[in-house]
Amino acid sequence: MFRLKLVPSVPSIHFLKYVPIAGGVSIAAVLASIGLFFLVGLNLGIDFRGGILIEAQSKTTADIGAVRGDLETLGLGDIAIQSFGTEKDVLIRVQKQEGDERAQVAAIEKITSSLGDGYDIRRTEFVGPTVGAELAEKGILAVICALFAIMIYIWFRFEWQFSIAALLALAHDVLTTVGLFALTGFEFNLATLAAILTIAGYSINDTVVVFDRVRENLRKYKSWDQGKILNRSLNETLSRTVMTSVTTAIALIAIILFGGAVLRDFALAMLWGVTIGTYSSIFIAVGLISRFDLKRSDDEDNQIPTPEYERS
Amino acid sequence: MLQFETWKKAVVIFLVITGIIYALPNLFSQNGEKAGTAFLPGQTINLGLDLQGGSHLLLQTDLNAVIAERMVGISENLRLALREEKIRFRSLKAGKDEVTFSLRDDIIDTGKQSQLDTILRDLGRDFDTQRSGQNITIRLNEAGLQNLANQTVEQSIEIIRRRLDPDGTKEPVIQRQGKDRILVQLPGVDDPERIKRLIGRTARLTFQLVDMRSTAQEARSSGRVPPGSVLLESADEGGGEYIVEKRVMVSGELLENASAGFDQNSRPAVNFQLNAEGARRFGRVTGENIGRPFAIVLDNKVVSAPVIQSQIFGSGQITGNFNVAETNELALVLRAGALPAPLIVLEERSVGPGLGADSIAAGEIAALVGLALVIIYMVMSYGLFGVFADIALMVNVVLILGALSALQATLTLPGIAGIVLTMGMAVDANVLVFERIREELRGGRRVAQAIEAGYSRALSTIIDSNLTTLFAALFLFVFGSGPVKGFAVTLSLGIVTSMFTALMVTRLLIVLWVNAKRPKQLEL
Repeated sequence: MFRLKLVPSVPSIHFLKYVPIAGGVSIAAVLASIGLFFLVGLNLGIDFRGGILIEAQSKTTADIGAVRGDLETLGLGDIAIQSFGTEKDVLIRVQKQEGDERAQVAAIEKITSSLGDGYDIRRTEFVGPTVGAELAEKGILAVICALFAIMIYIWFRFEWQFSIAALLALAHDVLTTVGLFALTGFEFNLATLAAILTIAGYSINDTVVVFDRVRENLRKYKSWDQGKILNRSLNETLSRTVMTSVTTAIALIAIILFGGAVLRDFALAMLWGVTIGTYSSIFIAVGLISRFDLKRSDDEDNQIPTPEYERS
Repeated sequence: MLQFETWKKAVVIFLVITGIIYALPNLFSQNGEKAGTAFLPGQTINLGLDLQGGSHLLLQTDLNAVIAERMVGISENLRLALREEKIRFRSLKAGKDEVTFSLRDDIIDTGKQSQLDTILRDLGRDFDTQRSGQNITIRLNEAGLQNLANQTVEQSIEIIRRRLDPDGTKEPVIQRQGKDRILVQLPGVDDPERIKRLIGRTARLTFQLVDMRSTAQEARSSGRVPPGSVLLESADEGGGEYIVEKRVMVSGELLENASAGFDQNSRPAVNFQLNAEGARRFGRVTGENIGRPFAIVLDNKVVSAPVIQSQIFGSGQITGNFNVAETNELALVLRAGALPAPLIVLEERSVGPGLGADSIAAGEIAALVGLALVIIYMVMSYGLFGVFADIALMVNVVLILGALSALQATLTLPGIAGIVLTMGMAVDANVLVFERIREELRGGRRVAQAIEAGYSRALSTIIDSNLTTLFAALFLFVFGSGPVKGFAVTLSLGIVTSMFTALMVTRLLIVLWVNAKRPKQLEL
């Protein structure tokens, strides 16, 4: 019977051999991300920066040049206009207006009346400066709290070395994702933040699976040296890692292709996250614990349940 | 022989059937209405505003304006009270958040201490009085501010409801948030600008006599307005200014009804009727001031100032530079009453009905394509066991939909993404088990043993990995807003249901199959 196998049954890849290279690349990537974040900065969406976003659909093909010409006469400052989804749709972004919230609302009215009857207003988003700052604050808090809670949980379930390794791997994923957004100039908004938290969840999920196996093998092969155990654990879980990454990627690709323009960026960020999360579980998380001298005895309480037939 | 206790079977079957029953109305629903499934207990899924179209507005009541106004009121009351008690004072002023005045004489010498105390005490418990020498300052205290905020926000909510939903049919969500904010969620809005126009004005209507002692030009050039009067702009752009007496003769609270109509020149106008009290006052003022222009003032702008031709009782007409839509809106807001304070829009997210429908369609296609691809991939990878996992996956989707319906949680566009993502991740638990079974088989165990071992060994991994993802989802829920919250909801539900389906549903299927077929070999 035919079976699709992306990974041979018992692979024997020497993962740890690549850890120094991967480590170097990752450190460089993280440093570059931090640099990009401070030097280039993120293209913050209106969720965090405040501003106006209007999605309009033309009855015929949208003439972006004409729309730009019309809107520039309004004197609203920096206006970004791009096509969005189909050729009928345009997305209009207007920077935060001088003055308080009232000035912003007035600007929306000016734009919609300038677009006139030829356009159907599909979506209007406006975030005032006050709310924007609050959303940013809450978002940062959410990421920090989530990372912290995950760290505590891992610490509770595993040895402290695992907890540190998992946290660093997570930070690596989050930082490089932020770096990617700074590099590409993709808009960073609330949905992106949700994507980052989901990436964190996915990445830690992957890491935990590998760690579970490491812990099990540490008890199973007491005489082996640590590196060999780590390598074996990675090889044993590789098939599952690839399986899950592929199914998740398949679902995400379905969203990217068919889910519409609003979800596309979100799914793209997630797809990147699945890739980086898988990579970091292997090379960063396990790579890091290979540097520690792990406790081998099983005198603690976190034992795996023994199957019935193995009990005496 | 693999064991699967009867009570567990019962639980699995019960949960799956319950899920199907709750998910079922969504299959037959049209535009969110239950159709032909009235016998089922559940509701259809609550669609978020981004999917059904609608407006989300976060508003802030301008408390500072209310406080300042309150201070003006207090200062007027004080002036009268102090005069009545013949307590001499000077520079009585209402500031932004305080009222100040100075006593001219030593209060002990005049023997008016107790009268002054009574006056100040009569202001009520909401105020704190501070005295240093001859100077007295009156401020709202904490409790006073709180009361004022409560009153203002509650009153605003009531007025907003009357303006946005005059017939009580649209089910808007209008909630207080924090100290001075109001959240408005109105489904199915075609024209979000109209919503903002309806709540964007206080709609305080007053009738004030025009001051004839001076003209607006004179006042403007000399910079002096006759005492007791103010300079007000015309509501029409370039319509100039008017000098209007400060005294309000009749105000909007005395309106009984307002409706859109036309004046004698067939121009759009708003007709109004006053209640008994209003009619009495209106009659008195118009009777005494025939020949004088009477200004109709809306939100501190003069709409028009017709000359009083004759005594008028009860009803009248507001004419101005209106079109029909404007008179309709004006009549509506006048009927609903004035807002106690101006509202500021802090955040708006409006989605037209067309985009919402497109989003649902796109989400459905993405979900179906994703589901199909994952199903095919699982069968290709695991054969028959892949089919078991696929059945569990479909049960999982049904359970998520059922749970969303049962909990009446809101499904948003990112929420659909959450469901699609869960489908990808849901098979993970099965993958973990299947990979484990493969290993056990390679290790030389017999089929039944390998399956047993696969499940029990994968269990702690599955729990660990799912719990950590659940943490991330939980924080998304706590800190996220609107659509992101919807994503967190479906993701969390998906994690819980996928653990159940992977550990229970597939297992039940596998046990049934193994016990029926008793395979010697397992192709996995």
